[in-house]
Amino acid sequence: MLWPLFILVTAIHAQLCHPGAENAFKVRLSIKTALGEKAYAWDINEEYLFRAMVAFSMRKLPKREATEVAHVLLCNVTQRVSFWFVVTDPSKNHTLPAAEVQSAIRMNRNRINNAFSLNDRTLEFLKIPSTLEPPTDPSVPIWIIIFGVIFCMVIVAITLLILSGIWESRRKNAELSQLIDAEDRCENMITIENGIPCNPLDAKGGRINDAFVTEDERLTPL
Amino acid sequence: MEKARPQWANPLQFVFACISYAVGLGNVWRFPYLCQMYGGGSFLIPYLIMLVVEGMPLLYLELAVGQRMRQGSIGAWRTISSYLGGVGVASVMVSFFVSMYYNVINAWAFWYLFHSFQNPLPWSVCPLNSNHTGYDEECEAASSTQYFWYRKTLNISPSIEESGAVQWEPALCLILAWLVVYLCILRGTESTGKVEQLANPKAWISAATQIFFSLGLGFGSLIAFASYNEPSNNCQKHAVIVSLINSSSSIFASVVTFSIYGFKATFNYESCLNKVILLLTNSFDLEDGFLTASNLEQVKDHLASAYPSKYSEVFPYIKNCSLESELDTAVQGTGLAFIVYSEAIKNMEVSQLWSVLYFFMLLILGIGSMLGNTAAILTPLTDSKVISSHLPKEAISGLLCLINCAVGMVFTMEAGNYWFDIFNDYAATLSLLLIVLVETIAVCFVYGLRRFESDLKAMNGQALSWYWKVMWAGVSPLLIVSLFAFYLSDYILTGTLRYQAWDASQGQLVTKDYPTYALAVIGLLVASSTMCIPLGALGTFITRHLKRGDPAPVA
Repeated sequence: MLWPLFILVTAIHAQLCHPGAENAFKVRLSIKTALGEKAYAWDINEEYLFRAMVAFSMRKLPKREATEVAHVLLCNVTQRVSFWFVVTDPSKNHTLPAAEVQSAIRMNRNRINNAFSLNDRTLEFLKIPSTLEPPTDPSVPIWIIIFGVIFCMVIVAITLLILSGIWESRRKNAELSQLIDAEDRCENMITIENGIPCNPLDAKGGRINDAFVTEDERLTPL
Repeated sequence: MEKARPQWANPLQFVFACISYAVGLGNVWRFPYLCQMYGGGSFLIPYLIMLVVEGMPLLYLELAVGQRMRQGSIGAWRTISSYLGGVGVASVMVSFFVSMYYNVINAWAFWYLFHSFQNPLPWSVCPLNSNHTGYDEECEAASSTQYFWYRKTLNISPSIEESGAVQWEPALCLILAWLVVYLCILRGTESTGKVEQLANPKAWISAATQIFFSLGLGFGSLIAFASYNEPSNNCQKHAVIVSLINSSSSIFASVVTFSIYGFKATFNYESCLNKVILLLTNSFDLEDGFLTASNLEQVKDHLASAYPSKYSEVFPYIKNCSLESELDTAVQGTGLAFIVYSEAIKNMEVSQLWSVLYFFMLLILGIGSMLGNTAAILTPLTDSKVISSHLPKEAISGLLCLINCAVGMVFTMEAGNYWFDIFNDYAATLSLLLIVLVETIAVCFVYGLRRFESDLKAMNGQALSWYWKVMWAGVSPLLIVSLFAFYLSDYILTGTLRYQAWDASQGQLVTKDYPTYALAVIGLLVASSTMCIPLGALGTFITRHLKRGDPAPVA
């Protein structure tokens, strides 16, 4: 007697949940990729947990607090692991709109991921995009700071070099003018003969040549 | 009282300057590429032969001319023959064109260097798209390193016609690069550079070309450096040393670059495989982790027979991944330096450290080359009495840097990279070949090989070996003529010139034709430097003719 009822229920289930059905979503899990050796096997208990998480997400919506686990239907589970699911209303006659399911899942995505120790990449809801965390941008980009430091160092170095060049050329000009004065009076080159420099013609008193001094002394004074 | 010419403090400083000039970015990103494309180790044979037959003799020739004439390129060639002043002018023009665009590479190196102080490195992650639901489309289609280069660094436009605006970030880096160059040349010039050239199907021609441009012949930089030598300096020994060090640094750089090529090929191959595996796993709902690289082919065959209709749907998206084809696509130039190397670095431990070191190395190589280029321009300018009597050396250098920086802003526009490629490929190639050819002929036949030989003997007391004489007078000019003929015929035969443009939607490079005005600029680049030689001769001829026409000036 119950058989026709069972068959009816299964038929309705199949009608509401099948690949590509209205308001149905495909889910894909990559448990081995995420957990490697600690991967768990996907069985009906895991499916129950999934249905519970979806029901939990739906209950958070304003008008859907009465959603039960039995209202979430799963079908076409493959080896991948992938399957389709729909959420029905309490009368189990029609499915809830996709937009509501989508917003519910998006809002609780983190909780669902954590329940299965997966992340956005390994637990995929096709057609439900996840919101990615933007990278934290500092208010001043770092590269400008380093650029500023190097820039200032280079400017300071250039200024120092130019200024030192100007000072040196001023010093050289001063020396040059002194040298030009000396040139007017005698030869620029300092030649040395017999150990005695020839240039000090302007030295007062001249220089005494010892050779002639002795000669003077030999002459007897008159 | 004549002002003594400034001199190197010791011969070692001169050698280091020449090495720093010759060893540049081309050693890192051009030579390894040529090795890869022309059979790896066997490329060394034509390379070393060309080094001995073409590189060393021409390098020695330029150094000897500079040391003998003790002037920059314009003065040196005018001394050899008054009709040849145009050769020096042509050298200066080529150096000027190169210095315009070359410093942009340093600007990019600065940009990457400054961005290396972040965790994670900015080119290792893709930015998010506008509504934060995924990554930026361009970044997904290409890769994060390519995205960072083409979008964040260059902000490249889809074609050369769309110039866009000047990008302030690379413009700032360019200004900094020119300030650094100015800082170095303010007091004295010491450094050198190189230029790498267009691809060439024959391995020997590539080797000859690589040696030629790798040593930086024809720019006048070597003449400028050697002009500050003492006359008794043994430049023959130095020529051999510099060319050997240049070649060994090329070979050393290729060892490193080959490992980078291998890394890139393996990485691309594995990610291609992973993409195929993911595609098949998702389409056929196979068990996660079931498909691996080893059983991929078997499973594909099984799927093709078991689910033919579904397989044929998916088939167009399945790429044939092959390690060999990845290895065959070697990369050179800025693509190698800024995309492939940064890709490799982002996968290393402590990637910030390696990144800083690597871009610092690029900077040193690049600035070294820039200093040689600016020396080639500044030495003739400061030698000329007309200019140096009005302006001090600091002002001339500053003016040169300012003009080049202003022109260089063109390369920071959105289409700037395309103009950069134009300058890189055409500013120096044909002109340099012609210049060095005229130089060799001038020294051997116009000045006279015997006269030059006796000059050298008087300078440093060494007799000129027969080897150099044979090379200068015969082999090297013949080689240059054949290279020149090859390039000309190559240009004429290939017809319209084409370039690689970045397509943002596909995330890869596409080939396009140059518009007419770009072709005009290319023609202008080549013509303006090569025409200096005949125009210089013509100018001297006319002035002499006019002088003879006038009555002789009174004593």
